[in-house]
Amino acid sequence: MSGRPAYLASALSIGVATGVYGASFGVLAVGAGLTAAQACVMSVIVFTGGSQFAAIGVIGSGGSPATAVGSALLLGVRNAAYGLSMAPLLPRPRLRRALASQIVIDESVAMARAQTDPVDARGAFFATGLSVFVLWNLGTLLGALAGGQLDPKDYGLDAMFPAAFLALLAPQLRQRDAPAAALLGALIAVVLVPLTPAGIPVIAAALALVVAARRCREGMPR
Amino acid sequence: MSWLAIVILALGSYALKAAGPLLVGDRQPSPGAARLLALVAVPLLAALIVVQTVGDGKHLVLDARVPALAVAALCVWRRAPFLVTVLAAAATAALLRAL
Repeated sequence: MSGRPAYLASALSIGVATGVYGASFGVLAVGAGLTAAQACVMSVIVFTGGSQFAAIGVIGSGGSPATAVGSALLLGVRNAAYGLSMAPLLPRPRLRRALASQIVIDESVAMARAQTDPVDARGAFFATGLSVFVLWNLGTLLGALAGGQLDPKDYGLDAMFPAAFLALLAPQLRQRDAPAAALLGALIAVVLVPLTPAGIPVIAAALALVVAARRCREGMPR
Repeated sequence: MSWLAIVILALGSYALKAAGPLLVGDRQPSPGAARLLALVAVPLLAALIVVQTVGDGKHLVLDARVPALAVAALCVWRRAPFLVTVLAAAATAALLRAL
């Protein structure tokens, strides 16, 4: 082996980026009414940024905890798809496999998939997952502590939510049927916002999948 | 948000991540199922974008978040890094509100 693997620098810079993003999560979580301790514990034990932002977004706009948890978990279903695809790369011993599962997230999976060599793929998965875990939690802590002192709107932090979700969505739109599913989901949500309690429009957008499911089955060879 | 809700969210999130590695092992889902699983987040993300951009409790409003999302879309289209995209959106909204 000569030198350090190329993925280490990328893993670190992705970690730094999610650290800044984690700080905005901390600020917004406190702004949505969570205590600093709740924001920090959430980042450690939930540890999936999209779901965490979704949960506090629903809470912040007046939704119930049940709809907050519901929409966060629906959004987390993509992690199940990631888990299936990463399973062959993860360690065999049960405890280490269970621990590695906690860092099955967008960033670690994307970095693993970007490698051609399986050994590099495993290394990139762990390097990215651990780097993001450490810096996301550090960011949350700093943001949550600063959160009480500033109004998130003055810094445009509320506009970070949709921007981040758009950045997560864009690469997924390349899949077949994804643009149609996105449009239908957006349409369901915008119609339901004035009609239903907060949180419901996002969960109801999952109905777009019923249409997608039919098309996925039709598209299958027999 | 209560501690109970946070713990339930954590258990559910972990179950989703660990289901593949711990229960299914190396067996892979059928192509149709895999495609549907990969699509699950799409309508939800789209709905979240809409709700977080034009939603305000039970009302639809147009405010600084709309141009901020337009700037974010431009960043995503130009393949800007994630951090640049979210910071550009925040800066746009902050600037428009400060005017």
